[in-house]
Amino acid sequence: MMATTNIEHVKKKSVFVGLLAVLSAMISRPSGLLGLALVVFHIVLAIVSPAIAPYDFKDVNAQIILNTPSYEHWFGTDSLGRDVLTRTMLGGRQALFVTTIATVLAIAWGGLLGVLLGLVGGRLDELLMRIVDAFLCLPWILVLLLIVVMVGSESGVLILTLGFFYGIPVIRMARAATHDVVARDFVTAAQARGESRSTIVWRELVPNVLDVLLVEGAMRWSWMLLAFSSLSFLGFGIAPPTPDWGLMISNSLSIMALAPWTALAPVVALSSLIIGINLSADALAKAVGIDRAQRAPV
Amino acid sequence: MYESLVQVKNLGIGFTSQTELVIPILRNIDLPISEGETIGLVGESGCGKSTLVLAMMGYLKSGLRVLEGESQFRGRNVFDMDKKTLEEIRGGELALIPQNAGQSLTPSARVGRQIDESVKLHTDFSKKQRHERIIELLSQVRLPQPQELMKRYPHELSGGQQQRVAIAMALAGEPDVLLLDEPTTGLDVTTQAHILELLRDLATETGTAMVYVSHDLGAIARVSDRIAVMYAGELVLEGSARQVLKRPAHPYARGLLLSIPRLKEAVVPASMPGLPPPPGGASQGCAFADRCPMTEQLCRDKRPTLEPTAVQELVRCHFFERVEQLPLPEPPKRPDRPNLDEVNNILRFDNVAITYAKPSIVDQILNRQPDVTPTVDKIDLTICRGETVGLVGESGSGKSTILRSIAGLWPPKSGTITYDEAENLNTSVAERAKDLLRCIQLIFQNPDASLNPRHTVAEILAQPLKLYFGLGGDELRERSVILLERVRLRANYLERLPGQLSGGEKQRVAVARAFAAEPELVLCDEVTSALDVSVQAAVLHLLTQLQVDHGTTYIFVSHDLAVVRALADRVAVLYQGRLCEMGPSESVYRSPSHPYTEVLLGAVLEPDPDAELVLAAEDAVDLFPPAKGCPFHRRCPRHVGDICGNETPPWQPTEFGHAIRCHIPLGELRDMQYQSITTH
Repeated sequence: MMATTNIEHVKKKSVFVGLLAVLSAMISRPSGLLGLALVVFHIVLAIVSPAIAPYDFKDVNAQIILNTPSYEHWFGTDSLGRDVLTRTMLGGRQALFVTTIATVLAIAWGGLLGVLLGLVGGRLDELLMRIVDAFLCLPWILVLLLIVVMVGSESGVLILTLGFFYGIPVIRMARAATHDVVARDFVTAAQARGESRSTIVWRELVPNVLDVLLVEGAMRWSWMLLAFSSLSFLGFGIAPPTPDWGLMISNSLSIMALAPWTALAPVVALSSLIIGINLSADALAKAVGIDRAQRAPV
Repeated sequence: MYESLVQVKNLGIGFTSQTELVIPILRNIDLPISEGETIGLVGESGCGKSTLVLAMMGYLKSGLRVLEGESQFRGRNVFDMDKKTLEEIRGGELALIPQNAGQSLTPSARVGRQIDESVKLHTDFSKKQRHERIIELLSQVRLPQPQELMKRYPHELSGGQQQRVAIAMALAGEPDVLLLDEPTTGLDVTTQAHILELLRDLATETGTAMVYVSHDLGAIARVSDRIAVMYAGELVLEGSARQVLKRPAHPYARGLLLSIPRLKEAVVPASMPGLPPPPGGASQGCAFADRCPMTEQLCRDKRPTLEPTAVQELVRCHFFERVEQLPLPEPPKRPDRPNLDEVNNILRFDNVAITYAKPSIVDQILNRQPDVTPTVDKIDLTICRGETVGLVGESGSGKSTILRSIAGLWPPKSGTITYDEAENLNTSVAERAKDLLRCIQLIFQNPDASLNPRHTVAEILAQPLKLYFGLGGDELRERSVILLERVRLRANYLERLPGQLSGGEKQRVAVARAFAAEPELVLCDEVTSALDVSVQAAVLHLLTQLQVDHGTTYIFVSHDLAVVRALADRVAVLYQGRLCEMGPSESVYRSPSHPYTEVLLGAVLEPDPDAELVLAAEDAVDLFPPAKGCPFHRRCPRHVGDICGNETPPWQPTEFGHAIRCHIPLGELRDMQYQSITTH
């Protein structure tokens, strides 16, 4: 027993050490450090903001409508007299919650299906890939709008919808990455040994495409955030009065000339998060040895 | 004035590690190269050969820097030259031919245009003159129909033709020195022999000096006037080719030579124990001390200097006078050849054909096979329990395809493969019982590709043990340790990843994985061709020992006739998926041979300055097997007429189950071959 636990121990440690090595490689570049710092900042903020926000996000006050930034209200107030700082701090929570789960979902189903198709090939692969192509032709914002209008905009619906649609290009990516691995002899060796298909997928293929999937996931995450905010901006996402960046930007559109501060804070917040994710994705790609610039966009 | 064309003087190259230590890659290299001279640079991988050759061009891989000394070209240190001068010299007076020519040619440009670029760079010819020059260069490297060839793209050429184009490009600048970095590694035996002959002739015709880098002493022996042996970043021996090959004065060079299998004797060559030290790992003493059979305390304390010997060699060894008296190593015991009458067959092929062509939709509707010549055809072969059968042929001869069929990865189109006189093997892996799968195991050519880089050795060995025996926990670990011991690896290797092992260690792990299944039949697909000679010898030893212990049957696929000679009881020679000759290896390696076997045997490179190559046929250019006749008739040096192209030749038995598939009567064949031996 002692001996086996020893192996397990070493193995776990090596995964941990590997992760640590990737992280340290990421923060060794200034851009990676900045990106990771931004992402961590936003996640921490999303978790603690209900406790540290200075006001209640629902507090409507007719006395202080569209006040300029002041000591009491650092980023001013909006057209209903609500504190813009408070609403900006809270405005990323829904977006992060929905897109994070949807990203994991997209990578999981798109990645697995892609790996499986890359392994199996043949008619099934051919057929499903044409369906993938067909889906990729659809103007996604219209499709999203249609679904939201038909089914509603609860978080669950958004997670499933985003997770599904953003998983489709992942299939393609995972399939291409799998083709590189499938041709290698260790997969042939496993097949010749008579290993089951699921063993080959999980033990031989997935560990070797995981780095591609992680990088892909980071990129999908930022695009999903944009999509989520766009839905809110168009008025089909989060329902008021829940604060949301997309919604806030949309509301301040008509009063932009009058009160630019109402838009400034959510715009900065949203862009800094997306820039942060993109920088992190780049750094991650370099740290695991995939150059994003050399990969054709799907 | 300068003494030599290239003069490397006390050169040291290295890098600074993350822990701020200066790690040398090359140490105290002195090497002069005179005009018109060919020097062979030999050593195991990682000993600094390529670094040295690139340094002669003033090029250092990123991170490396010159620690001491210099490398001069025509009396000037290349590391002091400005960028412009260097660019003029490189590709002009100093030209490099890389290992993989296929990859060094641009896939999207026609061959003629690529050579034209080199010509344009080094001359101010008009377009017409350049065209003539290109034709001249292509003829110089003996490519047929240069006018036609110019218009082709690199992928339309064979590997040998690509390498010739690369040589033509290097010759475009009329270089004084050609640096060749493993230019024939990865090519077929016959192609390799042709390229070496070409290089030799070019050296005489043009008077170009050459530095020929290779791990293969056989290739070096063909081209070199002088040989320099490198070990762990040092020159350990330098002298005339004849002297180094006949009487190596350094124990490392001697070990290298002894580890090469020879055609003459059916013995597994001696292996050299240990590994070269990693960069910076060399002790204060002699770098070879840990592997040397005659190490004394002095070797560990004091680093030897390069000393001249009585026969104008330079050798880095304290006791070089004793090298010649070293005893020859005892060859390992080979398993007794099983008595074929007593044992039953483990595998039988009956008229087996294999094709990669897939039936089209029309074929499927009409329920018929596609009408193409199969990749492998008419294979009749029996393999007895406990013997080693060698399958020999150039690339594309269908050797690996046959192994894939036996393993169930690609079932044959027609005919039957029978296992153990009972089981039909015309099935895919999915249709086979687990125990049958266990009995047949594969070992692949390149352990880098056959071991999952993300799995530790423990996980790699656990896969067959779990699958076939359902082992787990302590049992699994104990079994893995035993398996590692069998392949001479220690238990602490269990936690390592393949990336942390050397090439030989990786292949041992791959062997251990195959033997974990306790197989009866092991299919070895070029298992040593990606390894250094010394490592190859060790793996051959291991396979022999495992066969003695377990009575395993091997099918050993290789393009190297000398390696097959060392291991195989019987040999089958394949050309384009058709058997040409088969029988006990004693008979196959002796006259009369099938003309194809004769060609292959003539192209084997032996590390012997007196061995002559016999280049009877053109190197491989045929891509598809002919629909009828003898498969070899298009290249055959003994072609006798229309019959060769029209009729399938009959099997002609000679002795002890040896048979040759040829139209020429055996007596005539023997006479012809006897004559050609005496004329050469």
